Amino acid sequence: MSNDDTHPNIAPVERRVDAIQAAFEARGFKPAEVIEEFEHLTEERWIPDNGARVVAKAWTDPAFKARLLANGREAVADLGLTMPAHHRHLVVLENTPTVQNVICCTLCSCTAFTIIGLPPDWYKDLEYRARIVRQSRTVLKEMGLELAPEVEIRVWDTTADTRYMVLPQPPPHTAGWSEERLAALVTKDSMIGVARL
Amino acid sequence: MDGMHDLGGKQGFGRVRHALDAQVFHEPWERRVNALYSLAVRLGIFNMDEYRHAIERMEPRHYLSASYYERSLTSLATLCVEKGIVTREELERRARGAFPISAPSAPGRTNVAVRERFTIGDRVRVRADFVPGHIRMPGYIRGKTGVVVGESPPYPFPDAHAHGVPAEFEPTYDVRFRSEDLWPNSADAALVHVGVFQSYLERA
Repeated sequence: MSNDDTHPNIAPVERRVDAIQAAFEARGFKPAEVIEEFEHLTEERWIPDNGARVVAKAWTDPAFKARLLANGREAVADLGLTMPAHHRHLVVLENTPTVQNVICCTLCSCTAFTIIGLPPDWYKDLEYRARIVRQSRTVLKEMGLELAPEVEIRVWDTTADTRYMVLPQPPPHTAGWSEERLAALVTKDSMIGVARL
Repeated sequence: MDGMHDLGGKQGFGRVRHALDAQVFHEPWERRVNALYSLAVRLGIFNMDEYRHAIERMEPRHYLSASYYERSLTSLATLCVEKGIVTREELERRARGAFPISAPSAPGRTNVAVRERFTIGDRVRVRADFVPGHIRMPGYIRGKTGVVVGESPPYPFPDAHAHGVPAEFEPTYDVRFRSEDLWPNSADAALVHVGVFQSYLERA
């Protein structure tokens, strides 16, 4: 926020972060260690490759897919993937040729970030949060996903501690591909539901 | 509270600034904020509902102009001051400038005393509740009718949990609304699903 009449002399945001960090340091909370730990978590652990593995497994293993659709949290745990304690439920939303699911969080910016990766900047922006629930087809088209009129759009607003992820349809001409090769095709956008593969 | 954060269905916003290589973080300080607020949650200084509510309590002009991680920072600072971890004076001395924090909290509320258990397929109406504190009911579903399509495990009731008010855990229901019912003649056709706490619902 820039300086203005209501808030004169606001410290730059980076200095405000420094201030909190120094206050934590002074109280023995060891913030530097946690910042380093989060560097690792955000770069290497909370990445869309996790969700991509889940999607590719669901495409190739019907029993896993059935478990995933019935209880997402337990099914992803089978693949060694964990979710924070307060994410008590993972609902997996399957796209079909005539159904496109898309997730959002109009009140803040919640996602199943340990599975599909931390939300991209545009997901957290005011525009997406305000418009996707009301102008879904228009917004998807603006984002490059033009859906045929017969495709039903299902928007899911993450207002509770249930987390959602979209199970996209496999791209054409990939029958018989290995899980690993399929996983490489799966994007974060496809698991949010703003892209098809 | 009917705050600035409750954006669903608000008109006048332009195109989503979508990019294929969209970034999660832009500046190193954003990563530090993410780690520091998570540390505070881990230390039990506040819970996620308190964290969300302290963002909602930001001065509206500040809310709209701040980036996502500046909102995180403001919530973190607000709660650390309110919980007596640090004073605002210390933060401002260390920051060498003003450190805006959120407005004080209004009272919370406990669960609705008599709550109905719903099953998939039930028609439900969202109660027309107006509360001064935290609530996870987006304004666009207030008073609207939909159909239950899913049920979650029980969670702490956020209207209480954000305020230190004792409360029972309760399930949320994924409720399916038709966009035509939410915004008659003024929305793209779609089914809009919202995770709605049991206390917010009555049988339709």
